[in-house]
This record gives sequence, C-alpha cells and structure tokens, in this order.
Amino acid sequence: MAAEFDLVVIGSGPGGYVAAIRASQLGQKVAIVERENLGGICLNWGCIPTKALLKSGEKFESLSHLKDYGLSASGATFDFDAIIQRSRGVAKQLNQGVGFLMKKNKIEVIEGEAKLEKGAAAPKVVVALKAGGSRTIEAKSVMLAVGARARALPQIGLEADGDKIWAYRDALAPKKLPKTFVVIGSGAIGIEFASFYRALGAEVTVVEAVDRIMPVEDEEVSKAAQKGFEKRGIKFKLGAKVTKVSKDSKGVKVELEVNGKVESLEAEVCISAVGITANTDGIGLEALGVELERGHIKTDSHCQTNVKGLYAIGDCAGAPWLAHKASHEGIHAAEHIAGYKTPNVNSPIAGCTYAQPQVASVGVTEQGAKAEKREVKIGRFPFKVNGKAIAAGETEGFVKVIFDAKTGALIGAHMIGADVTEMIQGYVTAITMEATEEDIHGIVYPHPTMSEAMHEAALDAYGRVIHI
Amino acid sequence: MTDILMPALSPTMEEGVLAKWHVKVGDTVSAGDVIAEIETDKATMEVEAVDEGEVLEILVPEGSEGVKVNTPIARLSGDAVAPAPKKADAPAEAPKAEAPKTEVPKVEAPKAEAAPAAPKSDDGGRIFASPLARRLAAQAGLDLKTVKGTGPHGRIVKRDVEAAGKGGAQPAAAATAATSAEPRKALSLAQMGIADGTYDLIPLDGMKKAVARRMVDSVQNVPHFPLFIDVEIDQLMAVRAKVNKMLEPQGIKVSVNDFVIKAAALALKMVPEANASYTPEGIAMHHNADVSMAVAIDGGLITPIIRKAETKGLAQIATESKDLAKRARERKLKPEEFQGGTFSVSNLGMFGIKQFTSIINEPQGCIMSVGAGEQRPVVKDGQLAVATVMTVTLTCDHRVVDGATGARLLQAFKPLIEDPVAMLA
Repeated sequence: MAAEFDLVVIGSGPGGYVAAIRASQLGQKVAIVERENLGGICLNWGCIPTKALLKSGEKFESLSHLKDYGLSASGATFDFDAIIQRSRGVAKQLNQGVGFLMKKNKIEVIEGEAKLEKGAAAPKVVVALKAGGSRTIEAKSVMLAVGARARALPQIGLEADGDKIWAYRDALAPKKLPKTFVVIGSGAIGIEFASFYRALGAEVTVVEAVDRIMPVEDEEVSKAAQKGFEKRGIKFKLGAKVTKVSKDSKGVKVELEVNGKVESLEAEVCISAVGITANTDGIGLEALGVELERGHIKTDSHCQTNVKGLYAIGDCAGAPWLAHKASHEGIHAAEHIAGYKTPNVNSPIAGCTYAQPQVASVGVTEQGAKAEKREVKIGRFPFKVNGKAIAAGETEGFVKVIFDAKTGALIGAHMIGADVTEMIQGYVTAITMEATEEDIHGIVYPHPTMSEAMHEAALDAYGRVIHI
Repeated sequence: MTDILMPALSPTMEEGVLAKWHVKVGDTVSAGDVIAEIETDKATMEVEAVDEGEVLEILVPEGSEGVKVNTPIARLSGDAVAPAPKKADAPAEAPKAEAPKTEVPKVEAPKAEAAPAAPKSDDGGRIFASPLARRLAAQAGLDLKTVKGTGPHGRIVKRDVEAAGKGGAQPAAAATAATSAEPRKALSLAQMGIADGTYDLIPLDGMKKAVARRMVDSVQNVPHFPLFIDVEIDQLMAVRAKVNKMLEPQGIKVSVNDFVIKAAALALKMVPEANASYTPEGIAMHHNADVSMAVAIDGGLITPIIRKAETKGLAQIATESKDLAKRARERKLKPEEFQGGTFSVSNLGMFGIKQFTSIINEPQGCIMSVGAGEQRPVVKDGQLAVATVMTVTLTCDHRVVDGATGARLLQAFKPLIEDPVAMLA
C-alpha cells in the first residue's frame, strides 16, 4: 500500500496542530489524529482557560483597590459558576478555531486513539476511531505530539479524584468553590491556581519541596514573588516534603516533614501540581524500539526519534513543557520533513507565570551562570521608579538582566510585575538575534512605558543607569 | 514525443559538458546509436539512444558547459515513454522547497565607537552577521569574510564563529576550496604583471577543474609526509627480459611499472594497515589492493585501476594496464574504471626523473612515486660496485598511515621488487 499521507501528526495540541498547518503550507498531504479535543491541553485544559480564570480573579481583586484611583463601588461580588462558564466558553471558541484552521489548510482530522506499528517509510498508524472501528494509515512521516499529563504520586496518596484531590483539569471546572486549599507544588501551574483561588477569597497554602518558591526562576524573583503572594494572603510551606495525603469526609489532610519536624495541613481540597508525565504509554513505542530518555521520547536536533520516519515534538519529547516550545519544534520538524535545512531549533524559550504579580523569564539565572562559572554583568531596575508604573499604580516588581561579561551577549532576563509576560518577548528577540549590550543600549524604548525598565536594567549592568 | 535528458554518468555527477552532438535535427536514430558525447570531470562518455525516432530539436548546443543532470537536451519524435539514457542512475532530486520565509529585521549595528563596523564582503556587499557574532569574531581575530553563515538568509551567527574558531571550519580559504573548483580568487595575470596578448588562454575543462580541486583539497586537508627508499632492480630487469621473451608470441610486454604494481599489491596484503582510507566515521581497511595507476593524457591525467592486483599475474596486469592506458588517452574510460582505487602508483621513470613526491589521491592512504632505474655506484661489503637503482617514494596520509606503517610497507615492497621470484612465494 502506498503512503496515503505525507505526514500524520498524532495529537492536536499547540505542537501538533501548528506542525500540521506548517506541513500543509509546504505542500504536504497531512492528517492529524486527536483522541479528545482539537487544540489539546493548552487551549482546552491549560494555558487558555486558566488565563480566563485569572483575569476574572484579577478584575475582582482590583475592585478592592478602587480607592487608590479615586473611585468607589460597593457590594462587589462574583458568580463562581459564571466565571467557570466564561473560561469554558473561551476554550470552546478556540477549539472551534482550530477546527476551522484544519479545514482551511485541508488537513484531515481523524478522531480516535492512535497506536503505532512497524511500517515501511515510517511506522503505520492504527487509529481506534471514536466513531467505532479502526483505520490503518500509512504515511511517509509520522510526528508524535502526544503531550503529557499531570504526574500522580500514588505511593503517598497524591492521586487526583476530581473531588478532594484535584489535578489541573479538576481545578479548571469545579462544581463549587471550596473555602480552603493546599496546593502541592509551586511551579507555574500551582502558583496560578493559588493566585486565582486566593483572589476569590479562599485560604490557600502552597507546599514546596525546596527552600524557595518557583524554583526554576532566579532566586531574587522567587523571593520577590513570595513576598508579593504573601501580601495577598497566600501562605507557604517551604522545604516541605509531603509524606502522605489522606482524605476524610471533611476534606484532605496533607502530612509534611519540614526540617525534620512532622507537620500537617488540612483543607477542603488539595491541588496536585507536582509536575507532569509524558504520554509515552499505550501507543506502541516499546514494540517499535523508540528510545526514551528519563521518561521522554529521545530526539535529535531535528526532532527525529531513533525510528525511521518518526518525529516527536513538544511535551512528550522533554522539557521545557511549554506550548510555544512545542509549536516551535513542530514547525521545525515540519520543515525538516519537507526537506528544509533550518538549523535553529535551539532558540531561547521564555517561561511565563500569570499570577499576581506576573513572572516572566528567559535564559540563564544568576545562580545558573555562577554554576557554569561564567563571568557576568548584572543589571536591575525596579518598577517603583518607572514613570508609567507609578502612574498606573503598578509599582510592584523589577527587571533583572544578565550579560556575559566577556562577550556582552544578553544571556538571561528575569522580570516580575504587572504585564511582564507581555514584555519578555523584547528580550527574547534580543537573545534570539544575538544582541549585545550595545544593541540594547542603542534601542529607543517608547516613553512612558514599563518597558523602559528593560532599557534601564541593561544600562545598569554597565554602570549607565539613568533614573536611579 | 520524448525528451532526452542529460544522463548521470556516475552516481556523483551533477553536471557535465555537452561536448559533441553526433546527430542533427532530422536524423533518425534507433536504440543503441551514439547520439552525443558528454564530458564529465574525468572522462568523455558516449550517450546512446534508448528510443527510436526522429531528432526534432536539439535543446542544448554543442560545447555547453555545466549542463545539469536531467535537463532535457534534445527532443525525439515517437510516443515512446522511455526516458533518458541511464536515467536510473540519476540521483534522486532534492525536494524543491522554497526557502523558509523568515523575515530578517534590519538591525543596523549601533554606531558606538567600540562597535566593529559591519564588514564588507569581497564584492563590496555587506556581510550579514549578528552583533554577537561580530564581537566574537573581533575577539578571536577572525575575519568574518572567512566564516560561512548558517542563520536566517545565510546570516553569520554565534555558532558559525565558534565553529570557525574551533577549526571545525577552516578559515575561509579552505572552506571555499572544498566547494569550488577554483581554490581561491587569484589575481588576474595583468595585475601580476603579465600583459594581455602575451599568452593564450585555454578554458578549464571538467578534467582540469576536477584535478585542480582534488589536488588543492588534498594538499590542504591531508597531513602528508614522504618516505624514500632505494631499490636495486638488476634482477628484476633480468627476470623481465626472460618473461617478455616467453610472452612475446602472445604479444604481451610486461613493463617495470607492471612489476611495481604487482609488488606493491602484494606488499599491501602483507601490511594491510597501509591499505586504508581515512573517513570521518572511521578508518576503512580495504579488503583488496585496487591499484590506481597515474596515466598522463592530453590535457591532464587520470588514474585507471587494476582491481585486486594482488590476485593477478604479471601478464594479466600488463594486458589490463595497456588497455586502460590506451582507453584513458582516448578518454573512453568508464567511471568505475577510474573511481575507487585503494592505492596509487605514479611513475615518471621514463622521463629520467630520479625521485619525486606525489600528492595523496584521496581517500587513499598512500601513493607510491617511482623514479628512473639507473646505474649508480653502491657500496657492497665495503666495496664500491655498480647496480641499477631506482628511488621509490611513498607519500602517506598521516591520519591512517604512520611513519612506521609506511616504512613497513616499503620494507615489504623492497625484497619483492629486488627479487621478483619472491612474488611467487
């Protein structure tokens, strides 16, 4: 049987559907297999619906600061169901948008669960169709974009049940608003849910195993973030090892070991945000001999696995587990399949957390640079002396940049404060284009904007800061 | 109607010269007729028709250079679908992908004093390099003109400068030489003081370009060294006279070079480490001694191969070498007859050259240069005597053949050539 498609993409998250569109643009005949919703976790159960919730939380919280702006209102309240419904509606709208994009790009959408079998040019894809029956598809290339799911720790009783122990999916569409939470894990997912539920008035305690929150961020940012969250009423247990999670009729009990001391926390609901597990099981990888590396599919610089014709991108192919990294890899792999020689799959990937305050970063941290024994020049600038931030009443946070002392290359940027997730791409562009301090010093930042702090931080690294 | 396409005469051929048409518009050809001659790097090949029909159109005129493989070169009447001669050999066509449309924002270099000015390329155009690449190059004292860019639109980025700095990419001259037939941009003769009109210019043909490219590559990239040894060939001359007398009725005449080929092949079997090629993946240890012999031909040289020379008798080697040399001069060798030897022998003895050092014929590990056999004074047992002596030089690729390995090869070779009876053992 001749190959029916040039490319079959398995999984329609932000990696898979973007790769499918790019391949189609390049004249490939493409099919995409999805077992659940077009758009994957990102826009159905991840990035997008959480942003909808967080916006509701943020708007509600801002009502308590109205008098800072000379305003007043009374009787402010919220409708929790309506907040959740809005979030689901946003997800639905984008899900339909992906369906439209598939149609527009003449990509065949096959609904069902895919499994791989040995094939000729690439593995065969056998789909157990949602509508019943199965369909075997042969393609010249196959791309795995199967993503990841929340990690469970059954040995300590940390397994989502949708009732008292929630994973992200449960936390996105609960039936009612609990009054107390314990959130396990202070990465982006844990912090965003903590921030949202705290904004609606819930008591939230975040448990983190290491001695600071958001451990992938720069230490200064971790500290400032903790202060910012604590100011808003979130509590933290740091250096706390969870030894047991148990349920009773009232809620959950989380047993901890903090500095050798046994403690426990009780709440109505526990949100588990202890990382993710790649979806590498049940798709026939073992029989094909697909090589894994620490639970993820091992790929080369063009996202190729060790099996001929089989590519893997996004979460299932390793960290960072971010939608934009998946899209970038998907595009690269699609171009490679079409015969392109695009070498830059290793572009810098920024990370964003949409809590209040927001956190955004790209490149190395100060601690990471020190561990690599790199000589660096570091600059900082706080928003409290930025004109626009003062005018907007958003003076929390700062910008920190790290340059390689020898070459002047920008190698890291860390920001905390209002709207920093929208600003970070300025530094991402600079790093991607291999800017040095001279380039950034020479850029004219519009006034008045919070982005001027980005300029000032870069000037500060070289002793040239203006407004301090 | 059938298009006749430019055939690929070897797996690596990308383009060739359409040297001569043997047919003209209106001629009728049948399968097997020679219709054209095509000149590649090393040989002129005849192209035969595979279809019958009338020549309707000649699409590529005689003498056209750089005709890409699979370009239609002529049109034949008849509805036969059979495509061009030997099309099966044609390399698969690369996917015709449009270049990714990455827009490169035009970032001008800041005009700070310390900023290295954007360098200009040879032809005066701006060299596109990232700010960091410029600075790294300036710090490393590397000329950006010598660095090949791999970023968007060929922009030079950090990794390119780092690769060039590590010597992964040789600073430019070598990099260019590897890809172009002309190793470097030479000054014009007028610039060098030779007036126009005082010379004739012979255009570079495929062979000239190929030899130039391969020799420059070899000298620049292969760490080569020579080993010299003198061999006495009085006994060889006697044996040769005897052998030739025996073979006279068959019309076969064995040359000294045929003895050298045979002895070298046997020596290679005794010292197999010398019958090797360097490749980035590892050292290829060849199973057979396929000996390339350098043949000077009008307008260049070519190295036809005596395959498995260690298994062949002198008479066979003599017959083959004579035939190969003859067809080489007529430029009638097939690619497989001159591509892929494992060892080379070059002999300038007939010109009276005493000794010389050849350039490694990549990917071979060694090349043997044979000088003239001449009577020289030698000291034997403390007495001055006269012997017929021939100086043999072995140029070795040090990546595969160390000094000691090369020396052992010559040590094995010497007794075989000095007393050819040893070759019977």
